[in-house]
Amino acid sequence: MVIALGLEGSANKLGIGVIKDGEVLSNCRRTYITPPGEGFLPKETAEHHRKNVISVLRDALNQSGVKPAEIDVICYTKGPGMGAPLASVAVVARTLAQLWDKPLLGVNHCIGHIEMGRLITKATNPTVLYVSGGNTQVIAYSRHKYRIFGETIDIAVGNCLDRFARVLKLPNDPSPGYNIEQMAKKGKKFIELPYCVKGMDVSFSGILTFMEERADKFLKQGYSPEDLCFSLQETLFAMLVETTERALAHCDSREVLIVGGVGCNERLQEMMKQMCEERGAKLFATDERFCIDNGVMIAQAGYEMFKSGTRMKWEECFITQRYRTDEVEVTWRED
Amino acid sequence: MEGFELFRQGAEGRIFKGVYLGKPAIAKERFVKKYRHPDLDSHLTKERIKSESRSIIRCKSAGIRTPALYLVDFNRRTIFMEYFENSIVVKDFIAQASNEVISKLALKIGAVLGKMHANSIIHGDLTTSNMLLVNKNGQKSYSNLQDLELIFIDFGLSHVESSAEDKGVDLYVLERALISTHSTASEIFDQVLEGYKLENKSGFKEVLAKFKEVQARGRKRTMVG
Ligand SMILES: Nc1ncnc2c1ncn2[C@@H]1O[C@H](COP(=O)(O)OP(=O)(O)OP(=O)(O)O)[C@@H](O)[C@H]1O
Ligand SMILES: [Mg+2]
Repeated sequence: MVIALGLEGSANKLGIGVIKDGEVLSNCRRTYITPPGEGFLPKETAEHHRKNVISVLRDALNQSGVKPAEIDVICYTKGPGMGAPLASVAVVARTLAQLWDKPLLGVNHCIGHIEMGRLITKATNPTVLYVSGGNTQVIAYSRHKYRIFGETIDIAVGNCLDRFARVLKLPNDPSPGYNIEQMAKKGKKFIELPYCVKGMDVSFSGILTFMEERADKFLKQGYSPEDLCFSLQETLFAMLVETTERALAHCDSREVLIVGGVGCNERLQEMMKQMCEERGAKLFATDERFCIDNGVMIAQAGYEMFKSGTRMKWEECFITQRYRTDEVEVTWRED
Repeated sequence: MEGFELFRQGAEGRIFKGVYLGKPAIAKERFVKKYRHPDLDSHLTKERIKSESRSIIRCKSAGIRTPALYLVDFNRRTIFMEYFENSIVVKDFIAQASNEVISKLALKIGAVLGKMHANSIIHGDLTTSNMLLVNKNGQKSYSNLQDLELIFIDFGLSHVESSAEDKGVDLYVLERALISTHSTASEIFDQVLEGYKLENKSGFKEVLAKFKEVQARGRKRTMVG
């Protein structure tokens, strides 16, 4: 039996969770929410995490019913992410490890998403679409690495959505993407937007600029904000589904797993499901508890690393803003 | 499409095999993708069909061998083209070939790509799934590289562009496809560049610089969860 504690704070979500041999014992989260029209900045986000980390930790431990002495390993997000928020949480993880005399593991955030998705959905060897505020990648496993087949060549899809939400001054609560999704449901008229796919790679910056420059004009022409959200979502998601399908064909894979915050968008899931059905593949997705950044996913990836024998020296337990998914040696998979 | 039978479901559409005017042919049907908005779907499909046929013709006039174009049918969203009976996908070929053979093949890949770029053809989807090796003697044998002709396929994402930027991106897409698919990717890619230099002498320096720039952009991109 292995019990892992996971701490995550690479962006504006602070999450702490406990997992015991694949069973989620607790999964607590608090989100730093900025006023409409504003994004979150590193300094303020780190401040939010520092202010809340002790009480979230207490909640996570209480809900899990686990005593510190029973914990086998402490896992934290090593990267990628924003420097200051990452550091604010890593410091706590380091302190706990010393206080309770436990091994410490730095976990790659993206790997956390993938392993949590695999655990919850039971997908065995899926082609993974990882879509969040900071990342857009199409990933497949081979030869002990999660390999990046496609990715954005500029900004992440979540970033594109968030920044467009600022143009329309949509609230950031619970998240800009969620509010765009609700608006898009009421959209009717489709506006043709730039569509940019290069093989398995995508580019979103052109669409964002196009929207930023023309949003006012479209609104004056009689398009509603809902139409704009609808058109944007349809276009962005079509690009994601297309590149995922290309990777699926290239890898001869029959499973798709969507992870990351944008992954809880139901329209994206629906489109992906249609694509899968057309080619006899199966879609796996999770809801916001596990899709959106959380602590338990860091615990789960750390648990896998720990069980397969990974140990980190104190000096290795730093943080890094850049940390690619394919840098991590996957020691816990046999295939 | 009488007499045509389904042979593969690619990413873009279904590939059927049959006979067109007495010649072995494939029909690539870009069927309606229900997941996307109908306006977007018909727009993209039309674009892709146009790109694919345009680039095949442009390749032909540049002396680059591709499947010959037989018929374009916009109503049925289908392109009919030459079928290569005795062919192996480069991805599968590399999986079983020796490093020495792979290195020679990589040189060829670079040479064909260099020639394409010298003629302002950007492929747009360079992977080892989109390259075939065809036996020139009409045999089902792929053991001797000398008997095999390298053919690029799948020009749906291609476009015509003379700038170095797009060529750099094309190389970047290829490099990443190699890294994700093949364990000796960096050796393969080095040889690709060697071959490329031979066929696109004048453009090489500028394209390489652009490629490095695109690559650096990718590495520098910070990723926030
Ligand atoms: N002319 C041809 N002769 C023989 N085989 C072919 C030919 N064209 C395509 N194929 C086979 O069909 C597969 C898919 O073709 P193509 O790449 O043109 O379509 P696609 O829909 O883009 O598929 P994918 O993205 O999966 O490669 C190729 O990888 C190859 O195996
Ligand atoms: Mg193809």
